[in-house]
Amino acid sequence: MIRIENVSKSFYKNGAAIDAVRGMNFTVAREEIVAIIGPSGCGKSTLLNMIAGLYAPTHGSVVYNGTVVTDVNTAVGYMTQKDNLLPWRTVRDNVAFPLELAGIGKAERVRRGDDVIRHVGLDGFEERYPSELSGGMRKRAALGRMLLYGAETALLDEPFGALDAQLKLAMHDLMLRLIAENRQTVVLVTHDLMEAVTLADRVFVCTRRPAMMALEQRIDLPRPRDVLNIRFSNAFKDHYDALWERLRLEYQEERV
Amino acid sequence: MSGPAGSTQLAKDVAPARPTPPSRHAVPMPVWQLLLGIGLLLAWQAASGRLIDNFFISNPIDVSVRLYRWIADGSIFRHIGATVYATAMGFVIGSAGGAVLGVWLGVSPTASRLLNPYLNALNALPKVALAPLFVLWFGLGIESKIALAAVLVLFLVFLNTYAGVREVDQDLIDGARLMRATRTQIVTKVIIPSAMSWVFAGLKIAMPYALIGAVLGEMIAANRGLGYLVQFSGAQFDTAGVFAVLIVIALLAVTLNYLVELAQGRIERWRIISR
Repeated sequence: MIRIENVSKSFYKNGAAIDAVRGMNFTVAREEIVAIIGPSGCGKSTLLNMIAGLYAPTHGSVVYNGTVVTDVNTAVGYMTQKDNLLPWRTVRDNVAFPLELAGIGKAERVRRGDDVIRHVGLDGFEERYPSELSGGMRKRAALGRMLLYGAETALLDEPFGALDAQLKLAMHDLMLRLIAENRQTVVLVTHDLMEAVTLADRVFVCTRRPAMMALEQRIDLPRPRDVLNIRFSNAFKDHYDALWERLRLEYQEERV
Repeated sequence: MSGPAGSTQLAKDVAPARPTPPSRHAVPMPVWQLLLGIGLLLAWQAASGRLIDNFFISNPIDVSVRLYRWIADGSIFRHIGATVYATAMGFVIGSAGGAVLGVWLGVSPTASRLLNPYLNALNALPKVALAPLFVLWFGLGIESKIALAAVLVLFLVFLNTYAGVREVDQDLIDGARLMRATRTQIVTKVIIPSAMSWVFAGLKIAMPYALIGAVLGEMIAANRGLGYLVQFSGAQFDTAGVFAVLIVIALLAVTLNYLVELAQGRIERWRIISR
């Protein structure tokens, strides 16, 4: 469904080219959850931006549903590291923003918006502005907006990076349930290996900048997964260790 | 120049910005501000006729009497009305034009590049120099004052709006595009609300200039308005009259600024909360 074909991306800074992504090849199947893991600042976000059609690859192409992505890809919902809530809108109006853009009437916006807000545990905060919320609550609002939007594919860029461990688990659980419900395809970028193994069907390990594919591992843990306890199973541990073995090399090189 | 008028404005500006320290001073700041004002008035009264010729600085009593007489016979209200009308109309027309121009050029790089040198030249031009042209075009009536006020306001609001539109977070725009926002929706639902605080900064700066434009227009050629009255009083060597008009203008300016701030507070509730 998503095909990354020999994709490279270079940025030019003061005349010098900086390679963010080099020679990347992979595919994502429909309703698959793929996690991309690697050292921070390695060009993972650049990859998501290219799938979203916000950047054009320097070489190669991104193919989505059989068509080469050349403009903004409106089939995806994109949750960036920044929550990108509109600061002048209340939580309700932010979450329902995609519905408003689609020209859906106020009554239905409120109904569906409040429903999603309850799902992400923000009920009681519908009338608040983003500046009145904590970082975790803003993340949840952004997640709610993406879920309500109901895009075919969700691109998640370190969606829960700033959350504390307990909240992160709660969000993982919520996300897995809602994504299964909406039958969404997910590309998740993270630097948290635990998160990657817990959520994904396949995990890709990226090298340091420029991002290249170092390892691909299929996580054949059964679904639905119990995010609280899955990490204590032996199968989880084997996957974790194998990925960590490869990932460690990237961090070691960085340290030298 | 305008002693008491100036101190009134200063007090209004400073008071909300500086929270009064509790218990440290038994006497609250507004009392000190009032005392200072009274002190200045007394000093003015004392200096007049003794240190400095009454002809040049008049004195608070004469000024008060003059103000009272104008208010009692109602003649001042005709002038205030004319000036307020010209200021308000100029402000509205100028800010609407400036905001539209700012948004348009802000979202259209081609147009802004094309018009750039001309806008720079127009902006550098002292707009006051256009006054004779406006008198020729719009006559001696209130229209030429409105035009002068509007053109002063227009550039200030335009520059701020333009800067605000260029400052909009590209990530917010990209986010909206991914959610299938049309170009119009991006402008109305992302760019304009985001630039709103810049627009308001422009409006706040521009408000006094609307008054300047109106008063200046009245000083050049008019038969009513506060600008006309201050010019007329000066020509009659009526210092008390000049001071009286200055006080009225200063009070008017403070009121107008207050109204803009009030409007901003109502519209930008989210920003006030985040402070």
